[in-house]
Amino acid sequence: MSAAPTAARLGLLACEVCRLVSRAPRPGEHAHCPRCDASLHARKPASLARTWAFLIAAVILYVPANTLPIMDTSSLFGTQRDTILSGVAFLWTSGSLVLAVLVFFASIMVPLAKMLALTVLATSVQMRAAWHPRTRTRLYRVIEFIGRWSMLDIYVVTILVALVQVNTFAAIHVGPGAAAFGAVVVLTMFAAASFDPRLIWDSLGERP
Amino acid sequence: MSAQTFVACLECDLLHRKVCLPPDGEARCTRCGARLYKRTRPDANERALALTLAASILFVLANVFPILALEVQGVHSSTTLLAAVRSLWDEEARGVAALVFATTILVPAAELVGLIWVLAALRRGTRAWGAVPMLHFIESVKPWGMVEVFVLGVLVSLVKLAHIATVEAGVALFSFGALMALVAAAAAAFDADAAWLQLEASR
Repeated sequence: MSAAPTAARLGLLACEVCRLVSRAPRPGEHAHCPRCDASLHARKPASLARTWAFLIAAVILYVPANTLPIMDTSSLFGTQRDTILSGVAFLWTSGSLVLAVLVFFASIMVPLAKMLALTVLATSVQMRAAWHPRTRTRLYRVIEFIGRWSMLDIYVVTILVALVQVNTFAAIHVGPGAAAFGAVVVLTMFAAASFDPRLIWDSLGERP
Repeated sequence: MSAQTFVACLECDLLHRKVCLPPDGEARCTRCGARLYKRTRPDANERALALTLAASILFVLANVFPILALEVQGVHSSTTLLAAVRSLWDEEARGVAALVFATTILVPAAELVGLIWVLAALRRGTRAWGAVPMLHFIESVKPWGMVEVFVLGVLVSLVKLAHIATVEAGVALFSFGALMALVAAAAAAFDADAAWLQLEASR
């Protein structure tokens, strides 16, 4: 297979902000987009190292995010601590099946799938794998798109804390799990943004 | 070689020669299938400006009025988005408060103001001061504007609360719903390629 005509092989740099294609400067010189002045890189700088760093931090925080309560409800009947999972269980047992499934996907499946997918992608690039580049690129596109939906539970907690206060019938307070969960969402978004899908295709051309 | 005749795929780096697309057509990468560029109508950015202006009115309504109101045994409680952020802040959940503030108020507001700034200047045919860094900024913060996720979050809270109290959707919830639709429509109408070309020409 002859090497595909990529911008990098032709000595060109594509701007990630305005998409202008320009000639790469001599090695060692810092390149700026002639149109929008953005920094130009053939590939995102230190892509794999950054992806791993954000990913590992997210995996570590995923544990407190799911085991610590994201909110405490105190009422006359005592205090109830809710984790992400018990919140889903509450929706399920109270009959809101559609919402239960929705929140389960957004809060539990999406972060898990995202961390798994990024691990697979980063590992495959590290191993210079050549399998299914198109499918792997599509996988990247999907996780980049769905990642934001995990913020759902953070917004639910925000609204509940503001509305249910001491002067009503109970008081809802934020739990420490909320900060950990928010951090997981932010870190996985950073991890996905650091990963450069072009690396998936770079290993193909190296093969005879 | 003119740079404008070529486009590189941002997902696999394959270089493509730009072709003339049919109206409303979209070009995708032949190797990985990523979106490359689209052909919009000549008035695309005028429509984007109109939609963004409408969105900014709704943004104000969405932030001034209460989102949800709650009533239990005669006790009434309601909250605006900003008040909700403040109650998180007062609970010492500062990081979470900052995250909610950034994703639902700060970034969407910056995007709306920035887009109006750039599009209004392009419409007059002048080059707005700071238009290039502004467009640059808008593109980089885009993933952090999460109005649509927030709307879904409010709906989930509404259902949760409906089990224990009488809940009423406030004006802001409907405003947020409409804002979500208008922001999506403006993003779909906005032709960034045309804006960059025009900015370059007016330099």
